[in-house]
Amino acid sequence: MHQQTKAKMDGSADREGERREIYFSWAIREALEQEMEMDSSVILIGEDIAVYGGAFRITKGLVEKFGPHRVIDTPISENSFVGIAVGAALAGLRPVVEIMFMDFITLAMDAIVNHAANFRYVYGEQAKVPIVIRCPAGGGRAYGATHSKTLEAWFMHTPGVKVVVPSTPYDAKGLLISSIRDDNPVIFIESKLLYSLRGHVPSEPYTVPLGKARVARDGSDITLISYGRMVQECEKAADMLLEDGVSAEVLDLRTLSPIDEEAIAKSVAKTGRAVVVAEDNRTAGASAEIACRVVENCFEYLDAPVKRVAAEDVPIPCAPNLERAILPNALKIYEAAKSLLDWGK
Amino acid sequence: MRSGVVMKVLSKDELLSYLRKMWLIRFFEMALDELFGKGLIMGTSHFCAGQEAVAVGACAALRPDDAVTSNHRGHGHFIAKGGDPKRIMAEIFGRGTGYVGGRGGSQHMACFEIGFVGSNGITGGGIPIATGVALAFKLRGLDRVALCFFGDGAANTGYFHESLNMASIWKLPVIYLCENNLYAMSTPFDYAFPVEDVAARAAAYGIPSRIVDGNDVLAVRDAVKEAADRARSGYGPMLIEAKTYRYYGHSKSDYREYRTRDEELDWQRRDPIVRFERFLLSNGIAASEEIDEIRRSARAEIDEAVAFAEASPEPDERFVTYGVFA
Repeated sequence: MHQQTKAKMDGSADREGERREIYFSWAIREALEQEMEMDSSVILIGEDIAVYGGAFRITKGLVEKFGPHRVIDTPISENSFVGIAVGAALAGLRPVVEIMFMDFITLAMDAIVNHAANFRYVYGEQAKVPIVIRCPAGGGRAYGATHSKTLEAWFMHTPGVKVVVPSTPYDAKGLLISSIRDDNPVIFIESKLLYSLRGHVPSEPYTVPLGKARVARDGSDITLISYGRMVQECEKAADMLLEDGVSAEVLDLRTLSPIDEEAIAKSVAKTGRAVVVAEDNRTAGASAEIACRVVENCFEYLDAPVKRVAAEDVPIPCAPNLERAILPNALKIYEAAKSLLDWGK
Repeated sequence: MRSGVVMKVLSKDELLSYLRKMWLIRFFEMALDELFGKGLIMGTSHFCAGQEAVAVGACAALRPDDAVTSNHRGHGHFIAKGGDPKRIMAEIFGRGTGYVGGRGGSQHMACFEIGFVGSNGITGGGIPIATGVALAFKLRGLDRVALCFFGDGAANTGYFHESLNMASIWKLPVIYLCENNLYAMSTPFDYAFPVEDVAARAAAYGIPSRIVDGNDVLAVRDAVKEAADRARSGYGPMLIEAKTYRYYGHSKSDYREYRTRDEELDWQRRDPIVRFERFLLSNGIAASEEIDEIRRSARAEIDEAVAFAEASPEPDERFVTYGVFA
């Protein structure tokens, strides 16, 4: 009975001889659970994360296992509970904070930007701030303008914090374990639409290194550079391109800060064309920084300008069709890629 | 000041060490004022002259392994917690020998080894940090406490309200010590607060509070001792409001147009150091020669600190981009 229940919750088929496949959401939970088992200094802090299990039920069951002193429900006080986590990190704990929706991280900007990010550089080696801030993010669920944003660009712009955005269940677990073990503040962005994605995840703990991109799909004609949920859209676009006889490489950055410039350069040097795809909105967004790195490092290899596919510069509208209209998707990526392939013809 | 009780608990050496620390802080700030005037230091600084008894009394009640967080007006807190005036001065001079190698300056210094978890340029910023340090102490099973110095201005930040609430519901070993010096920069306390005392706000969070004369080093010590004992025994936080006054303006660019010279003179008559000296003399704890000697040696130590800072090299620019990440 217990086995059956678990199989349902983690999404695993659990058939003998098969590679275990579980949900993205369960991969995150498993990383938290295994790190908490291994290291008693790992604690969870956030709103409604204990009995309720968090708005997306990621931490469901952990309070029963580790107790309320390690799975700490907070009042609705983002700035101070992030600040408290920063203080606790300075004093030897490794807090993992959940911001219920990434939009709410705006309420904690001082604690992150003026405190967590500064301490190591300003105070030197005596200070380390090993804190992970988990942020369910992104649109596609018709939640509207305060529950749908992806705000990675603000943190890419903040020296002293790392920005990690997994795109697969495998990476969700491995990157989260790396983030928890890292001695720096990490903004860990979880696309809400990926929670129900299933994929292969080993049951034992493992790490995926921060700062290293992944070639999600090998190709030779054009590079689609992305991260997080948009990697899935890029793969769909790559399928569409393949039908036109175009071999597209999909590069999954995994970490936006530090950014893997080497992997970007290697791929674009090979393909000569790049489309940068981000769910974040266009102006001064993540796509702007990535595109700039392409131009700075690969100009001599480029056969066409760099194109961006990003969200429109509008607050996220609520109605599903309006939301779809402003967010990037496979078709928009496909069209951008085609325009580059046709460039100069 | 209550000599009988005091002498039973505190040795003469201990009492004289409070006097010396208060003079160190006073002379430190006076030296800085002079150095800024001569253009020998860049940047800004917020002087705490007049508030020495709060810093010294509070740190006297703590153990060396207890932690404090400080604010923008933090030189006194750092010296009181055991910081070396030489290295604090060097930090303000922007020299490589400063506590954090010139990266922090006046408002961003720390020395974790002695429990000084940082001055802080964001008003109220130290409040959640101290609260988090206390959370770590509690969860790690340590019997240490964290004390947070902040001003009346910080008691109007969200950090104050949110953190006191969480510290109370989680019974954290943290002491909130508000130095109410009557002005948040230029904004008078009675303009920005609809209540008589900051301490009144503790009731909203179910936290006990005390109001003390912040110019009485022994009264501050007593209140903080009570709060520390309470916190160490698992009873949670306490809010202490120390009524005091800063002699200089908010920062070095302040002409003090928002307050009267009469008010300033009135507070100077209640000077915490002069009062403590009188207490020591009138109770026969120290002779005037001993007090003169303490004053002289404190002055000499600050002169040395200035000489040390001036003679120290600038930080090495080659490493300016290093150490953003651990």
